[in-house]
Amino acid sequence: MIKKWAILSLLLCGYFSFAQEYVPKNDGVKTNTSNYTAFTNAKIYVTANQVIENGTLLIKDGKVVSSGNNVTIPKNTVVVDISGKTIYPSFIDIYSDFGVKKPSSTPGNRRNPQYDAGREGYYWNDHIRPDQNAVDHFKFDSKKAEALRKAGFGVVTSHIDDGIIQGTGVLVTLAANGNDATRLLDQKVGQFSSTSKSRTSRQAYPTSLMGTMALLRQVNHDADWYAKGNIKEKDRALEAYIANKNLVQFFDAGKKVNALRFDKLGDQFGIQYVFVGGGDEYELIKDIKNTNAKFVLPINFPVAYDMEDPLLAQSVSLEDLKAWNQSPANPKILAENNITFALTTHKLKDAKQLMPNLLKAIKYGLDKTTALQALTSVPASIIGKSKELGHLKSGAYANFLITSGDIFDKETTIYENWITGIKDQLTDMNTTDLRGNYTFNLDNTDYQLEITGDIEKLKSKVKTETKAYDGKISFDKNWMQLTFATQDTTKKEFFRVVSHVTNTNTLNGKVYYPNGNETTFFATKQNKEDKKGSKKDKKNKKTDAPKIYPVTYPNMAYGTENLPKQETLLFKNVTVWTNEKDGIIKNTDVLIKNGKIAKIGINLSASNATVIDGTGKHLTAGIIDEHSHIATESVNEAGHNSTAEVTIEDVIDAEDVDIYRNLAGGVTSIQILHGSANPIGGRSAIIKLKWGEKADNLVYTNSPKFIKFALGENVKQSNWGDNAKTRFPQTRMGVEQVFTDYFQRAKEYDALKKSGKPYRKDLELETIAEILNKERFISCHSYVQSEINMLMKVCEAFGFNVNTFTHILEGYKVADKMVQHGAGGSTFSDWWAYKYEVNDAIPFNAPIMHNAGVLVAINSDDAEMSRRLNQEAAKSVKYGDISEEDAWKFVTLNPAKLLHIDNRVGSIKVGKDADVVLWTDNPLSIYAKAEKTIIEGAVYFDLKRDAELREAIKKEKNELTMLMLDAKNKGLKTKPIEKKEKELLHCDSIDHQHIH
Amino acid sequence: MRKLNILILALLISVISFAQQTPGDKQSQAITIEGATAHIGNGQVIENSLIIFENGKLTFVGSANTKIARKGNVITASGKHVYPGFIAPNSTLGLVEVDAVRASDDEDEVGAMNPHIRSLIAYNTESKIVESMRPNGVLMAQITPRGGRISGTSSVVQLDAWNWEDAVIKEDDAIHLNWPRNYSRGRWWLGEPNVLKENKNYSKEVEELSNYFAQSKAYNANKTSPKDLPFEALHGLIDGSKKLFVHVDYEKGITDAVNFAKTQNVKYLVIVGGYEANNVSDLLKQHNVPVLLQRVHSRPNGDDHDYDLPYKLATQLVNSGVLVGLENAGDMERMNTRNLPFLAGTTVAHGLTKAQALSLITLNTAKILGVDDSVGSLEVGKDATLFISEGDALDMRTNKLDKAFIQGRDVSLETHQTELYKRYSNKYKKQ
Repeated sequence: MIKKWAILSLLLCGYFSFAQEYVPKNDGVKTNTSNYTAFTNAKIYVTANQVIENGTLLIKDGKVVSSGNNVTIPKNTVVVDISGKTIYPSFIDIYSDFGVKKPSSTPGNRRNPQYDAGREGYYWNDHIRPDQNAVDHFKFDSKKAEALRKAGFGVVTSHIDDGIIQGTGVLVTLAANGNDATRLLDQKVGQFSSTSKSRTSRQAYPTSLMGTMALLRQVNHDADWYAKGNIKEKDRALEAYIANKNLVQFFDAGKKVNALRFDKLGDQFGIQYVFVGGGDEYELIKDIKNTNAKFVLPINFPVAYDMEDPLLAQSVSLEDLKAWNQSPANPKILAENNITFALTTHKLKDAKQLMPNLLKAIKYGLDKTTALQALTSVPASIIGKSKELGHLKSGAYANFLITSGDIFDKETTIYENWITGIKDQLTDMNTTDLRGNYTFNLDNTDYQLEITGDIEKLKSKVKTETKAYDGKISFDKNWMQLTFATQDTTKKEFFRVVSHVTNTNTLNGKVYYPNGNETTFFATKQNKEDKKGSKKDKKNKKTDAPKIYPVTYPNMAYGTENLPKQETLLFKNVTVWTNEKDGIIKNTDVLIKNGKIAKIGINLSASNATVIDGTGKHLTAGIIDEHSHIATESVNEAGHNSTAEVTIEDVIDAEDVDIYRNLAGGVTSIQILHGSANPIGGRSAIIKLKWGEKADNLVYTNSPKFIKFALGENVKQSNWGDNAKTRFPQTRMGVEQVFTDYFQRAKEYDALKKSGKPYRKDLELETIAEILNKERFISCHSYVQSEINMLMKVCEAFGFNVNTFTHILEGYKVADKMVQHGAGGSTFSDWWAYKYEVNDAIPFNAPIMHNAGVLVAINSDDAEMSRRLNQEAAKSVKYGDISEEDAWKFVTLNPAKLLHIDNRVGSIKVGKDADVVLWTDNPLSIYAKAEKTIIEGAVYFDLKRDAELREAIKKEKNELTMLMLDAKNKGLKTKPIEKKEKELLHCDSIDHQHIH
Repeated sequence: MRKLNILILALLISVISFAQQTPGDKQSQAITIEGATAHIGNGQVIENSLIIFENGKLTFVGSANTKIARKGNVITASGKHVYPGFIAPNSTLGLVEVDAVRASDDEDEVGAMNPHIRSLIAYNTESKIVESMRPNGVLMAQITPRGGRISGTSSVVQLDAWNWEDAVIKEDDAIHLNWPRNYSRGRWWLGEPNVLKENKNYSKEVEELSNYFAQSKAYNANKTSPKDLPFEALHGLIDGSKKLFVHVDYEKGITDAVNFAKTQNVKYLVIVGGYEANNVSDLLKQHNVPVLLQRVHSRPNGDDHDYDLPYKLATQLVNSGVLVGLENAGDMERMNTRNLPFLAGTTVAHGLTKAQALSLITLNTAKILGVDDSVGSLEVGKDATLFISEGDALDMRTNKLDKAFIQGRDVSLETHQTELYKRYSNKYKKQ
């Protein structure tokens, strides 16, 4: 068997084999392999830019000897004349899992959540696997290799797509013959990372994207510390990570915002990732460009939805409709912005889909040179193999394609795919191309014969002027057979034609009648000129670039092409709720200029100001929500009982429509808090709701630092089900010890750090030390009085205060102690009865705390309630007879004070940020609506503009729906309607799942 | 002396603070409320009104300028407002006490077809949540089971009673059916996309319902033993003793439900939820199908929807002539039921008049539940279930109740929460 293989491979590769010199040979004599092969008279793409007409490509021993017009051909050369054909460097896919199986997932044991690593002698987290090497798992997959060769690929980089850090990749050829000894070009190419955990481990941490980011940072710090020899134990993962440092670093971002996030993270450690894109990069193209990162782009565009049922179709969002319309232009837009990218078959069902999708991208404006580079020189250069891969200059691997013409033409055939000098014939290039339209006459009837299809797999249609007949054609070794039905279709009788084709302009042969009689057959190919007219039409049609709808910020409903700009605004005769000693003043003017409150007074005027009549209306500071979970991709990192290392700032979702809806409720600033899955949660993001801006631009400049703590049922996992009983703490008693433990460790850590001695940088303890040093403030989720008092006592013992108790439902029971301690309270207006610990929650909580001297805010913790916080504040008027002025401060000035941003926002005072809301009525009234919501002098919400946007959304949706329907009518593939529903995130929400 | 009084008061409070409020005594003498603005519930408002009730029933509602004798205890309420008690339909009040405590949860029985399941007997009149309704003017509710395809049978109660039997306004008023969904969620835990896709079993599920109703019809036409409890219960839909409440939000489902009810000879159909009811308002009008509209304070169902869509749905439906009431099922629905007046208030900011909005939680709801002969408005002959508020009761700033009466009984406006309020306010006053 082996023998047969060897012979076969010899025969197939023909010219040389790669057997190492020292391999003993027992099946014959050693053969001479020093011949050259030359391909002459070809159009050669030496690179995408360097094209030679009528050139010669000379190869030997799997490499290019030379290519050009004046190539000297040695005597011992096999010369192949391929005039009229084109040679391209074969394609390279550097993001593949070819030949490397994804590990199967560990069977779940839901009863015992796993908190510790399962591997010994590696990093403390199983999802960090830089020690994996794809080469150790590589097994050549002939079937997949064949498919890739057919699609034009010559080499691929493969990796283990499993884990957050996944280890190194392997560079292999897809050559049909040979073995791993010849196919392995490089055993360690690049290190790969992703946002997904390993399937091989059920270790809980990280449960969130922000946890993943924090973990990656800690790994880098630890690797540094390890490299300096400070860790005595063996850590094979860190060792591998250190060893892999100089390899190119791939990161599977999968979407634009992750590329931005991980680029920033990489910058912190001097890592420039190559990102695997998500196809949506065009939506934030400037920021993507600013990463200076190279991209590997999957080329899978969204399929149209089947919009035929209008009742179902209305569920498809404008965002998805636009993505379908715009995404094919993504490669073009990247190219226009000089962003370097390679293409990959990653995310394609099979390699066959590459070319049709790429042709689509070209139709949407991607130029062919860039497309070819993205498949050849760019991937080669990304993996540092520019010398030997991606082109056909002397010294390169002899990896090339022979095609019938332009590779980016639908009609083009790839004849041969040569890889390291080993030929794989995909289509016989000597095959006569029969395709075309012919006419013939039979029994005084004029027939038309249309031959289409693949060059080796022809399709035929026989037509008269009035009828079309089924025809079957086969063509092999210049013999054509054609069968078609007779005119009387009821009889099931057929004509059979046989022709030996010597010249494709005429088909000569015989026709056999159903009765066995025969006559001559003579068909003439129609002139190209006859078809020219129609072809021209086609061409014109082709150049009609598809209509692309403009990108908006964000690129969805209620996004706008141009972001709101700062304006000079003059409100006249308005009732102003100053939140300052002036109280509520009627018939007053307020001037906003340069993003600030410029003047408050009577009869103000300002040149160039837009005057807004405020008669009968109310102007207030924007609402501030101390406790929000909108605009974030993660809420909880629940993998550990303390996760001070994670930060919501990492995962802000600037495209959450709830930002817009909050603006419509008069909200201008929010604190996005980590959830309450653990006693020490993550850090907050304090943001302004500048709808349309990217995430980083929402965060307050010099933002005060906050962290979420939590007490009670959530942190002791009371409502996580009967299986969650192993994580410490499970009681309120344990909660106290968690805090004491971490504070003590952070204190010791900080002391070491300040001593100037070397120390291991620990992101979690760094953060907690900030709290001890009063640089970071705690907002603590809290319910019952015992635990509230406990935390105050623990913090006092460590010499600092709790800044805010949030929820604080029994705050009214310990308001005196809170005042004494100096803690504020941010509470719900009237929530209770959802958990055992809220039995004693009362709507009088805010008033009692306020009356006792606590700084009180009312918050939402809910994307629905947050847009009605004015109503929630008003409930304090009902329940506790709080004055309207004070009640209003509960949702404006007081949360500003609690968040330490009251120097900028929270009241209408000259010099403060112009974050204001114009209300149609008393803002505490149920009958009030926000008419304009303004942040730093820019109008982010306006009732009138909202009405216009609605019309625009409706129009755009309808137009795109028609385009999708048209796509279906044209026979394009569609998929069933999907409805996407964003989860409503609360304190207890976990990425991809919900815990009640 | 003053200190002593406070002490006694504090002692008294601490003694009663863990017991629920005692139901009001039967009305023993006539009560007259004079001078208030009376919000009748049917669209009418009477400034400077005169309201008299005796033996639990309203005997006079009119202008204070009317020259008739004031009877019994006269309450002067100038500058104040009188409203009929608010009605919370499709409610689970008294069926669950604390969401997270399983032992306190009685809202959802095992099984898909449970028309025979009756909410009334599980309704806990002593619930601390129920008593917290009254200070906001919510004085009646339709206690409704949840879950399954047919959840069970609801009853209408008033919210101040010793036990469920005393609480009844209308026993077994309606059967609740959760209409098959048009979308089902991908099984994301098996790697399917976590999105909603068309429910491929929709037709099958509707067919199952049709079969079930056909079987019931056949059974009830010739009752043979053994007795079938669910079919017996279902018969009330055909003879009109019970209404069919179909819980459904989307256009196709509403249309199918209307046709289903017609085909199955269901006498009274009510749509509950109705997010897309506005799209089929003509059909609803044509068949006299009212809508109990989903919680006004909710987020739009889609990113593209108007931010205020849930706020203005009521306006759209009312303007197209459909009979509309408000319900508030959803997250934390029981404790949230006390905000029912503010759901109505919000509809005013989005298009309705205050009187129209009031009807959404009073007379309209009473009509929809089939109890408008006795409650829902301040009209002579009806129950004296009403309250006096210091101001506009649909606005939380001014929703401050002085007094509330249920069937003429002067009911307590104290709750577990007000007791705690007083206890702890006093704690700090003493400091």
